[in-house]
Amino acid sequence: MGDMSSMPEQEKKSEEKTSGMTRFKNRFGLRSARDVVEFIVHAIFFLCGFVAVACVLFISAYLIISGLPAIAEIGVVDFLFGTTWNANQEQFGILPFILTSLAGTAGAILIGVPIGILTAMFLAKVANNKVAAVIRSAVSLLAGIPSVVYGLVGMMVLVPAIRELFHLASGASLLAAIVVLAIMILPSIINVAETSLRAVPKEYEEASLALGATHIETIFRVSLPAARSGVATAIVLGIGRAIGEAMAIIMVSGNVANMPTSLFTSVRFLTTAIASEMNYATVGSLWRDALFSIGLVLFLFIMLINVILNVFIKNKKED
Amino acid sequence: MDAILKTEHLNLWYGDNHALKDVNLEMPEHQVTALIGPSGCGKSTFLKTLDRMNDLIPGVRIEGQVIYRDRNIFDPQVDVTWLRRHVGMVFQKPNPFPMSIYDNIAYGPRTHGIRGKKELDQIVENSLRGAAIWDEVKDRLKKSALSLSGGQQQRICIARALAVEPDVLLMDEATSALDPISTAKIEDLIADLKKSYTIVIVTHNMQQATRVSDRCAFFLHGELVESGETEQIFSVPKDKRTEDYITGRFG
Repeated sequence: MGDMSSMPEQEKKSEEKTSGMTRFKNRFGLRSARDVVEFIVHAIFFLCGFVAVACVLFISAYLIISGLPAIAEIGVVDFLFGTTWNANQEQFGILPFILTSLAGTAGAILIGVPIGILTAMFLAKVANNKVAAVIRSAVSLLAGIPSVVYGLVGMMVLVPAIRELFHLASGASLLAAIVVLAIMILPSIINVAETSLRAVPKEYEEASLALGATHIETIFRVSLPAARSGVATAIVLGIGRAIGEAMAIIMVSGNVANMPTSLFTSVRFLTTAIASEMNYATVGSLWRDALFSIGLVLFLFIMLINVILNVFIKNKKED
Repeated sequence: MDAILKTEHLNLWYGDNHALKDVNLEMPEHQVTALIGPSGCGKSTFLKTLDRMNDLIPGVRIEGQVIYRDRNIFDPQVDVTWLRRHVGMVFQKPNPFPMSIYDNIAYGPRTHGIRGKKELDQIVENSLRGAAIWDEVKDRLKKSALSLSGGQQQRICIARALAVEPDVLLMDEATSALDPISTAKIEDLIADLKKSYTIVIVTHNMQQATRVSDRCAFFLHGELVESGETEQIFSVPKDKRTEDYITGRFG
């Protein structure tokens, strides 16, 4: 603090000794060529940083402006809770999409979270270095696979398998989408959960062992609870990833605007509704506007998840 | 003099580092044995060997025996969780779990299969009383143990160790992270606890060793130089190195 307050005095002294040009520069807080470069680089940094902010603001504004008219015309209740989506008859109820997205995400979490958390526990606390290294590189490869490839493999392998296994007319179903999503969210869950499990102080685990608990009891009853905010963050990240995914599930879910009444129904998600119909909707039609409105709903879901995520991250810091 | 815990020709290596050299020490029942010596002399290593907490460190090799109640603790038939249940440990840095005070104390009993609420309530109260902290925390058992002061946290850790009804309590410089008042409280507590438990402490503090211990063992470079009654060690040490250490000439 003392250094900061003495700065202006020093600047004044040096100003008295300097000539015209430098005095001019001083007026702008610039003293030499190096300072000019510093200033310019600072400005570039700021502009780059601002690109992200600008994009978020632009997308938010665009979605709200283009998404609201259709909702206003259709009516909020009819739009959100209408059970029929039929563009030809101008019926735009998106409840099937909302419920499908929620069911698909919930299913993916139900399968993906236990596998992900147990993998993370294994990597952080049980596996020896060699085994852990192999699994870790497999997990990061999994994270790097493009979603269209997940969709492709799901379409060629998973969908026929479900058809055969459950004797269905078609295997393209909510179940197929859930399985694909569950696999896709594994890497983010594993990475975040493993990091937080590793951060659990060794002292906690030692205390547990010293009380006569076994290694596995210690992991489940001390390490996991101690890492709970990180694990919660991992789950929320997984939810965010699952609800936003479109490409992989469009290929395996059947893409029909049904209510998700069973795991074997062909369904359409919020994301896949937009992706599959945008090309066919005439510019200026209510249909097209309604697709933008779906985008707005999806956006609100993602925002909500982000808020929840921030709460968890904040809690983690306070811990 | 009945030794509840004793070591015979105990040798320990961390990789190539010979950290304990042929240590023979008896720790009698219901007495406080203090392990003293300069940093790195092996006293903490020795303490951790007594409940096999060294098992966790990769590259450790142990020879010789630690006899607890006529059983060699390294015998393959000895269950390490059984051993640690009977030989409890309090660590240098207070390390309560990030849970409520109640759950901290109940952790051990629950681990060993006690589920009844009444029974757990009773154990929690007895343990907290045993660690002389019941009156300070009885109204906030559901609060996080991390909200307590360092001295209180350490007594919570002692209570947690008492809750599994150990025989022996090992304390690894349990007061070195605490202020003088908290330290005094824990020293008083040790004097109380030795009526029911056998206690082995590691301490850097010579005054503490004279205040709380009945017997003393002086370690240097992994060797047990001398052990005996605390009074004798501090008044007429047999070994020149012991004398140099306790009079503050090194370490």
